[in-house]
Amino acid sequence: MTEQTTTADQAATTAEQQHFEHLISEDSRVEPRDWMPEAYRKSLTRQVSQHAHSEIIGMQPEANWITRAPSLKRKAVLMAKVQDEAGHGLYLYSAAETLGTPRSVLNEQLLSGKAKYSSIFNYPARTWADMGAIGWLVDGAAICNQVPLCRASYGPYGRAMVRICKEESFHQRQGWEILYELSHGTEAQKQMAQDAVNRFYGPALQMFGPPDADSPNSQQSMQWNIKRFSNDELRQRFVDMIVPQAEALGLTLPDPDLKWNEERGHYDYGQLDWDEFMSVIKGSGPCNVQRMKRRREAHAQGAWVREAAEAYAQRQAREAAEAAAAASATDAEATEEFTVVAGRGSAELIGA
Amino acid sequence: MSENQTGNWPLWEVFVRSSRGLSHVHAGSLHAPDATMAVRNARDLYTRRNEGTSVWVVPADAITASDPDSKGGYFESAQGKSYRHATYYTKSEGVKHL
Ligand SMILES: [Fe+2]
Ligand SMILES: [Fe+2]
Repeated sequence: MTEQTTTADQAATTAEQQHFEHLISEDSRVEPRDWMPEAYRKSLTRQVSQHAHSEIIGMQPEANWITRAPSLKRKAVLMAKVQDEAGHGLYLYSAAETLGTPRSVLNEQLLSGKAKYSSIFNYPARTWADMGAIGWLVDGAAICNQVPLCRASYGPYGRAMVRICKEESFHQRQGWEILYELSHGTEAQKQMAQDAVNRFYGPALQMFGPPDADSPNSQQSMQWNIKRFSNDELRQRFVDMIVPQAEALGLTLPDPDLKWNEERGHYDYGQLDWDEFMSVIKGSGPCNVQRMKRRREAHAQGAWVREAAEAYAQRQAREAAEAAAAASATDAEATEEFTVVAGRGSAELIGA
Repeated sequence: MSENQTGNWPLWEVFVRSSRGLSHVHAGSLHAPDATMAVRNARDLYTRRNEGTSVWVVPADAITASDPDSKGGYFESAQGKSYRHATYYTKSEGVKHL
């Protein structure tokens, strides 16, 4: 909009705005070509692209273990999971692009370090058991977060989430099974599983974001029907789910304050280390530098693939054009011949 | 397609037929340098779990859509024509197979 906004324009904007607000109040969906407030577009672009970046960076801790998976089956499973995460990134980039920011810009924001991604991926995957803890707790927390997002007011985001959630349940189960096998193995294996759970429990709970009191953006996000439950509500839901799952594993959760609260009908849990959380977000986590470096390398190392694909596409197009030109030349000859024959025919007819 | 900068590939809309007898349904989009590679990428991206028996890709800029600014107006003529629906006709209530 220019500075000389006329009253007519303002009236139009108001009508658009009313339509948008009507969609939200009806709990309907906003689609890419609908008018939407700039703040809604901006906030969604940030959320969806950060989510996409998280999926892409999230491949690293696990990809790191593919060559060291303990069996061919585990290797195949891990490869399928990492490939899924790449897919999730792409579904989400495609949703983010419908809001008007091109892929190249989103990609650049990640590579330049301007964009954020989920801080859970700045923790290292030290042992094979971490593949279990990541699948069970990290993907588990992600599912908890993502299921309500399937109903997000922005259509393309919700649809991407539906697709993602369908795939995530395999991720969580395979992780849980890795831990189950280990905790029913040797004492050392069980210890390895327990150690992985001990390290990932806190960071997984922090994936839901800061406590509600310290999460100022959540309110607006809930008014827009993007977010359906508060950070603390989702975290509670997750804790309630994993306590019995840990029991079934024969492992414990590293939280002395964790206990059933009869009155609330929920498990109480202890304070999380939010100072650490903030420092990881700000770039001082154990792997922030390594993850970004790896991402940039991977992008640079993939350059030849992109160039080759482009050269191939150009050659195919050129060959197709040449073939078409040759075909139309033959056609022209054939047409000429036909005209001559037809001409003679008619001459003959005329002659007759 | 005009974008030719490396990696700045055109956008393709992907449609997947989930099984024989059903229509292709929009699944999402992707970038690819040409149609052949778009189809291959679409297979890897949108059909990793037997979600499809056939895939279409269409250049995103080849799609012409109805004007979103007209909102409901464009489709209004269908409203108020309830006589186009079987439920409009009520006299036959209780009469079987009608
Ligand atoms: Fe994912
Ligand atoms: Fe996952």
